[in-house]
Amino acid sequence: MANEVQPLNLHTKSWSVKIILAIFSILMLILVVGPLVWLAVHAFATEWKFPSYKPTGLTLEWFRKVFEVQALKEAMKSSFIISPIVVLVSAVICLPAAYASARYNYWGRRTFLIMMFSANAFPKIGLFATIATLYYFLNLMGTIVGVIIVQVLGTIIYMTWIPAAAFASVPKNLEEAARDAGASKFRVFRTITLRMAMPGILVAMVMSFIYAFDEAQGTFLVGAPNIYTMPTAMYAIVETYPIQVTAVFSILLTIPSVLLIGLARKHIIGGQLAEGFQIK
Amino acid sequence: MSQQNEIGLELKGLSKVLGGRVIIDNLDLQVKKGEMVSLLGPSGCGKTTTLRMIAGFLIPDNGTVTLAGKDVTTIGPEKRPSAMVFQNYALWPHMTVFKNVAYPLKVRKVNKAEIEKRVHDVLGVVNLMHHKDSRPAQISGGEQQRVALARALVQEPDILLLDEPLSNLDAKLRVKVREDIRDLQRRLGITTVIVTHDQDEALSISDRIAVMKEGKIEQFSTPEDIYNKPATEYVANFIGSLNRYEGSYSNGQISTGSDVVGVRPEDVTFDSKNSAGAVEATVSLVVPRGHFHEVYLKAQ
Ligand SMILES: Nc1ncnc2c1ncn2[C@@H]1O[C@H](COP(=O)(O)OP(=O)(O)OP(=O)(O)O)[C@@H](O)[C@H]1O
Ligand SMILES: [Mg+2]
Repeated sequence: MANEVQPLNLHTKSWSVKIILAIFSILMLILVVGPLVWLAVHAFATEWKFPSYKPTGLTLEWFRKVFEVQALKEAMKSSFIISPIVVLVSAVICLPAAYASARYNYWGRRTFLIMMFSANAFPKIGLFATIATLYYFLNLMGTIVGVIIVQVLGTIIYMTWIPAAAFASVPKNLEEAARDAGASKFRVFRTITLRMAMPGILVAMVMSFIYAFDEAQGTFLVGAPNIYTMPTAMYAIVETYPIQVTAVFSILLTIPSVLLIGLARKHIIGGQLAEGFQIK
Repeated sequence: MSQQNEIGLELKGLSKVLGGRVIIDNLDLQVKKGEMVSLLGPSGCGKTTTLRMIAGFLIPDNGTVTLAGKDVTTIGPEKRPSAMVFQNYALWPHMTVFKNVAYPLKVRKVNKAEIEKRVHDVLGVVNLMHHKDSRPAQISGGEQQRVALARALVQEPDILLLDEPLSNLDAKLRVKVREDIRDLQRRLGITTVIVTHDQDEALSISDRIAVMKEGKIEQFSTPEDIYNKPATEYVANFIGSLNRYEGSYSNGQISTGSDVVGVRPEDVTFDSKNSAGAVEATVSLVVPRGHFHEVYLKAQ
């Protein structure tokens, strides 16, 4: 009798694995998407109370309302002004530091980055409270500058760690080759180093923007009652307006982040910038 | 032919300490215009360090670097009339082949039409026109090497510096590309310094070879001289294989003495044990090497 090769029963195995994976995926989906769906439905619902399994009706009324209330309009405006400024200020301060640290020796870089990290390891509320006392002294309480500074503090960790890694990953001889080709130091930085570190820098900027856009603790402590951004306005909304308005506002709050992450995915992860990094 | 004696590159009393160690030690080298010289030596002897001082990435602690008649010892690489091909090519991954090669011209503010023309010309020379819109990651190692060469040649440098440009290529391609390089170098008459630790490569493409040892040049001469008249035992050993005898040599005979005599394997002939000067030996190993055999002998 010829030796019969017993095929590995991969089929059943893969099916059971698939089923388990499917269950987990669905659970994850419910966990992540469930609240969002709940939010979305509320944003368009005339009313949706507990025992009922569907809202009484659909309406755009709540969107109109959000854009009607002066305070909410103000908050949206502040958010869309402050967050980009925070990203830019943070970039201007942190990127040179990140570049310098990438060109330090190993231990210099470690120390710098760990310092940056430990500054973020404390509970933020303590830091903010200390800053608030300092702000009274400096007359920064309730000012845009004050809010910007508080938000910049929180973005530093993204703007130093990620770009530092990106700068450090640019091979030194690519810069040397450019010098050899006749480029000045500044031109080498602009056309080679910065260009190659760009995907990392963009990721850092997206994360900083999302952080700043979402920051509530410090902004509230320092900005209120003069300055409200979208998340801090939320405190007031929850108390004053029907839940549907909160839902609409939450959705508005989510849109920029989702858009940015989508863009980042398309241009950084799938784009040619990523391809450029496939150095042998 | 006055060019024959013009100096293309001169290193005088060059020294460099790195990490607390003397890496280059009072090194002199004079390369004629249009000449191709190899820096040959074992790993760590300071070949790359020397090349980097010529290119301007390192400033020597002592001594001078003169390129095309100009003292460039302390000026930056971007202002030197030299172009370098890096060991791992150092192509910019975010630029196409065309853009890589065009970069040095763009930096020099050459106008667009001329950049187009010169880049096309040089890509034609290295046979890469069909890849001009590819990115470095999409082409083979040999092609990348040629892009790196094109990027150096497009600058029409007075001095071409090559740091082990062939070490990443497979054996067959290595031979082809080194012949291409030699051919181009001759045609364009570029003064060239090529770093290598491959003796075959050095022997086959150089006008002269500088054999290095621990930061110094041990011998600087033509491939024939280096092979047939090595100045030191180190050089003799480094290039080709050698049978070593302790003794003195006179009239085709080795007799007892305090010197060292080296005999190239191909100069050994087989004869009867009674002939004058013969050394009795038994064959210990025969290795077929294609068009010849390597025979290992053990002296009695
Ligand atoms: N920046 C540096 N700091 C300290 N030591 C260095 C530095 N650069 C090079 N060296 C040392 O100098 C010596 C010569 O280095 P170099 O790169 O010139 O050798 P090489 O002849 O090119 O060797 P290889 O054939 O392996 O490339 C080596 O021992 C190396 O460790
Ligand atoms: Mg080297």
